[in-house]
Amino acid sequence: MKIKEKNPKLNQNNNNPIDQQMEQDDIQVTSPWKDSLRQLRKNRFAIAGLIIILFFVLLAIFAPLLTSYAYDKTDIVNRLQPPSGEHWFGTDDVGRDIFTRIAYGARISLQVGIFAVSGALLFGTILGIVAGYYGRWIDMVISRVFDILLAFPSILLAIAIVAILGSSLENALIAIAIVNIPIFGRLIRSKVISLREEEFVMAAKAQGMKNGRIILHHILPNSVAPIIVQATLSFGTAILEAAALGFLGLGAQPPTPEWGAMLAGSRDFIQLAPWTLIFPGVSIMLVVLGFNLIGDGLRDALDPKMKN
Amino acid sequence: MSDEILKITSLQTHFFTDQGEIPAVDGVSLTVHKGEVVGIVGESGCGKSVTSLSIMQLVPSPPGKIVGGTIHYKSENLLNASKKRIKDIRGNEISMIFQEPMTSLDPLFTIGNQLREALQIHKKINKKQANQKSIEMLKLVGIPRAEEVMNDYPHQLSGGMRQRVMIAISMACDPEILIADEPTTALDVTIQAQILDLMKKLNHEKDTAILLITHDLGVVAEICDRVIVMYAGQVVEEGTTREILKNPTHPYTKGLIRSIPKLHEKDQKLYSIPGTVPKPKMGMLGCRFKDRCEFAHDRCFSEAPELFSLGNNRYSRCFLLDDTERKVASDAEANTGS
Repeated sequence: MKIKEKNPKLNQNNNNPIDQQMEQDDIQVTSPWKDSLRQLRKNRFAIAGLIIILFFVLLAIFAPLLTSYAYDKTDIVNRLQPPSGEHWFGTDDVGRDIFTRIAYGARISLQVGIFAVSGALLFGTILGIVAGYYGRWIDMVISRVFDILLAFPSILLAIAIVAILGSSLENALIAIAIVNIPIFGRLIRSKVISLREEEFVMAAKAQGMKNGRIILHHILPNSVAPIIVQATLSFGTAILEAAALGFLGLGAQPPTPEWGAMLAGSRDFIQLAPWTLIFPGVSIMLVVLGFNLIGDGLRDALDPKMKN
Repeated sequence: MSDEILKITSLQTHFFTDQGEIPAVDGVSLTVHKGEVVGIVGESGCGKSVTSLSIMQLVPSPPGKIVGGTIHYKSENLLNASKKRIKDIRGNEISMIFQEPMTSLDPLFTIGNQLREALQIHKKINKKQANQKSIEMLKLVGIPRAEEVMNDYPHQLSGGMRQRVMIAISMACDPEILIADEPTTALDVTIQAQILDLMKKLNHEKDTAILLITHDLGVVAEICDRVIVMYAGQVVEEGTTREILKNPTHPYTKGLIRSIPKLHEKDQKLYSIPGTVPKPKMGMLGCRFKDRCEFAHDRCFSEAPELFSLGNNRYSRCFLLDDTERKVASDAEANTGS
């Protein structure tokens, strides 16, 4: 609403082609997804988030072109150098260029965040919906499994899973995904339980809809908002959990430039050379912020009450 | 008006709770003929809604379960039908509208989307045809600017409009029976009258039978051909609307009619039936209305009355209608001076 008031011109530009289209076709069928996409494009914050993420993606892709240093090349003479024209973000405790490591690290950290979160999201959503919608014994079984998973401290559970699967970045990813499944699962289960009692679900049943259709067309779209918020928040924790595993020698191993590992590795220099912490920390923060903004925009775009 | 399309015989829907088995619907029988408007009236908690949900087999289970009786749609017993067949019937041949128009539509989808969806579940038609049919339905239920409303979201419409949309959705597949569970309760009086008019119109034009569930005798008087009065899970009186309203026989029906405010009796305090509906439980002794009934006598406490036939498809569940007691009844009435 605010954006519309401030910028009526922008709004008109967006609406006009659609109006024209409406006049062209005598029947016009809008899909809710197209509607939402249009809404998302109007949201400046979501666009800002998108730009941040795009920036990091480009950084990751073009890392070799942006820097002449190698991410694992040590240079003891120039250790802990402050940011300068030569080393934009300074150097770390063994003289590696931090900008180079951030750029290459984007490749790994974005992967960690995206795969761990989407894995947890996918399985958590499926299990949560099944448990919430069908209830009874199947809910009992799934909920108890969630309870058991949640009873362990998450890092301990991740360690156990990595210990079973063997130590590598991929296995750390899987472990983080598994640890996060019950968090998504419980959230969605509770949302589905409240939706299940809604009158429109009863009405859908009275119209003769099959359960699968009700779940996909009515339950899932209505539970998207909390899923998105949780997913964007989990993105940051997933990176940090991966770092913790890396720190314990169970994830990305030292020369690998992973943001979390960089943070963990330079804790000792917080006073002597704060830039060794600031830059990986700020990178994580920016990525999380970017996903948060996109997520917020997506949630608003999917809520018809926010449309005008 | 002679062919029966819905026939329920001694339906029993029980709820199995921690407090024991609750017979919410206890031996209800009713018949709906083609093109007829039948009203089910009663106070809250007397089993009206559970009866309607039982027909659609939408009783929440657990704890609810249909434990006895039959529900015949045309010649088919719905209680023996496969799940797939039930889903085919729902919305297509028997459809239902609910009390709360505010929450009966999915807030995330446009009106057009939901109408098309309802059509495409049961009919093999493409999007364009569905779209045209949807607009047609919206016009039929009296929504102005139907083409524009197709792209509106539920929150953009008022309660009355949403109820019209719900009726459009439920009528989209030309069902034989429309079950309306308190369709006007959440609406204000002027809108209520419009919705009733609309239902009457659809009943005339499409020859759709309507099973109207309500607690409002005014609504019944407005559109029903026949009325069934329910009390504590049982049918207590049945007959044509005119008969029931003019000449009620069961003390409960009499009480209901007396508790309608009348324009010319403004100084009198409004009558209300003392007490509340008893919670149905297993093995209730005697007549269920005995504790609130001014005519209750010994027999009412020891023996449960059956549904006495008064001829002409009129039934009443009261010993006063038993031939041997007719005289006692008339004496009692003379004494109370009502």
